[in-house]
Amino acid sequence: MNVGLEHFLAVSFILFSLGLLGVILRRNLLVIYLSLELMLNAANLALVSFSRFNNKLDGQVMVFFIITVAAAEVAVGLALIVALYRRRQSAHVEDLNSMKL
Amino acid sequence: MKSEALPWIILFLPLLAATLIALFTLRCRTLSALISIGAIVTGFGLTAVFIAANGFHPAVTETTKEWLKINDGAHVLLSADFGLKLDTLSLMMMLIVTGVGGLIHIYSFGYMHEDRSMPRFFAFLSLFTFSMLGIVLANNFLMMFIFWELVGVSSYLLIGFWFEKPSAGDAAKKAFITNRLGDFGFLLGILMVWGLLGTLNLTQLHDLAQANPALLGAGATTAGLLIFCGAVGKSAQFPLHVWLADAMEGPTPVSALIHAATMVAAGVYMLCRTLPLFNAEALHVIAYIGGFTALLAALIAVQQNDIKRILAYSTLSQLGYMVMAVGLSGPTPAMFHLTTHAFFKALLFLGAGSVIHALHEEQDIWKMGSLKAKMPITFWTFLFGTLALCGVPPFSGFYSKDSILGQALEQKNYPLFALGVFVAGLTTFYMFRLFFVAFVGKPRTEKAKHAHESPAVMSMPLLILAVFAIIGGFIGIAVNYGSQFKPDGESLTLVQQLLEPLHAPAGLIAGLGAVVVGLFAAFSLYKNAETDPLPKLLGPLSTAMKNRFYFDEIYEATFIRAHDALAAVAGAIDRWLLEWFFIGSLRGGTDIAGRGLRLLQTGNLQTYALLFVLGVAALLYFVLGK
Repeated sequence: MNVGLEHFLAVSFILFSLGLLGVILRRNLLVIYLSLELMLNAANLALVSFSRFNNKLDGQVMVFFIITVAAAEVAVGLALIVALYRRRQSAHVEDLNSMKL
Repeated sequence: MKSEALPWIILFLPLLAATLIALFTLRCRTLSALISIGAIVTGFGLTAVFIAANGFHPAVTETTKEWLKINDGAHVLLSADFGLKLDTLSLMMMLIVTGVGGLIHIYSFGYMHEDRSMPRFFAFLSLFTFSMLGIVLANNFLMMFIFWELVGVSSYLLIGFWFEKPSAGDAAKKAFITNRLGDFGFLLGILMVWGLLGTLNLTQLHDLAQANPALLGAGATTAGLLIFCGAVGKSAQFPLHVWLADAMEGPTPVSALIHAATMVAAGVYMLCRTLPLFNAEALHVIAYIGGFTALLAALIAVQQNDIKRILAYSTLSQLGYMVMAVGLSGPTPAMFHLTTHAFFKALLFLGAGSVIHALHEEQDIWKMGSLKAKMPITFWTFLFGTLALCGVPPFSGFYSKDSILGQALEQKNYPLFALGVFVAGLTTFYMFRLFFVAFVGKPRTEKAKHAHESPAVMSMPLLILAVFAIIGGFIGIAVNYGSQFKPDGESLTLVQQLLEPLHAPAGLIAGLGAVVVGLFAAFSLYKNAETDPLPKLLGPLSTAMKNRFYFDEIYEATFIRAHDALAAVAGAIDRWLLEWFFIGSLRGGTDIAGRGLRLLQTGNLQTYALLFVLGVAALLYFVLGK
């Protein structure tokens, strides 16, 4: 079987949709955060595969940057979640409704 | 032109004085008075210097600064300069405003000495002087209208000077609103002239209208009468005459300056300034309105008992004369009478003020009497003013009134001539009634027994004005005005001017006859009279005269009542339709929409995320999917 661009994109789409479902449906903040990372990497996968099949390096370079930035972002995001947990003694989104009128 | 800056300095000095007093010296009484008096006296001096340098016909008649210009491409839509017009007419008026005004300023220093807020009074007076000079010097209609309104404001402020008295506040409002009615017509007239002729510059209008009198076309009569509306308001002609008598609530120097000598004359001045704009029909209406006002006011004056009110109605009557003269195409007699009237009416008002001051604010002539020995200067100057007003030769009023009667004869308008003669007789009658009752006979009250002459600061202006009231008729005033309106007229020597009335003996004899009849009637009725014998003789007519022919009551019952009804309807529309229905439903609708939209705000993070994704999906569909 010849693996083409469409297969890579299909995997990328499935990963992105799984991540999106996770963000919308799961209740635990940490899991939502993991799902977000999943969506990010689905996008990375799409970029890399386009780069590969178009014989250009732009996408790959971009993914390097994204991974680097994502590492920093994870550090900040986790720190925020920890700080929030310390304050509220909970990491469930149902408890985070202080914006409700 | 020599000394071009002088008129600008003369114009703005009083404004500077008013500003200085209002900002810095409201607590310094004497200093404020001196600033104000200094400004106007300097103005008079500078006017004299200017006339000495340039004569009454300056080589350059306009000095302008560009002020407002609206272009439509290269085509100029509206151009109004801030400019000063300098010719005989404006220079003579400047002499009157600064000269007579200056004397009244000095007199006020004595008259208002006891008043707590004298600095405020002088600030207002200076503001008025500035506005009046602005009208006189304006070279275009727009600028004239602005100063016209400024004069209205200063008049309002000065009538209501003693605002703690409710009657003064009411009188001020009445004067201002009545004037506004006239000014509305005036503004419409100005717009109409601008629309038809395309310029507001008075010189250009003058030249255009003189070159081609049919230029205004079918709208000429309407435009003329609308402009005349301004004069009807400001010069208190029928039917807007009701404010002037009430304006006597202001301090007496104000009555002398604004409501006798200068401001009320502004209407006549404006008519003379724009005379070529009026066609024969408009002039006809103007002449008859003037004549009717003269008669009406003279009749009312016969039965008034308040010394200032008699003088106020007399002013109305004389203004009627002037307007009538303008209507008879006689700007020279009109301006001549305006000038002499400024002298003797200011004198009479200041004399009345002197009496009122001496009698501790007593204004009823039946509570005065026998003032000759106690107030000799006031007595004699008031007598001269009265003689001048009645038109006894050789006092100034005789010459100017004779020139108006002569103008009526020249125009072959015999009804107005007869009316003028009759009013001259009435004038003599009511003025000598005032004179006999207030100044001769026995003192009727304790106050009159203890009267005393006013201080020199008040009697000196009286003496100077009396001199001009006596000699004003033959010192070249009429010749000067004549040179403006009829450039080919010859100049006359002093003796020729003295004998000028002899050229039209019919007017002279009729006028003098009226004076003699009026004097005789007043003498026989009021010499040593204890009470007024006229009510018994005239019956209901006298009551009607005393009540000013019920004009105030008629206006109250019709216009003011109608206005109140209109205001009530407008109020109901505002309260119920606009406020309750429209604004209420707008507010209610917003409230309900807000309550509905609030349900969307769940506070749940994941709902927001879902909506966000749906939104992005919809966006992508619209951007890429088609």
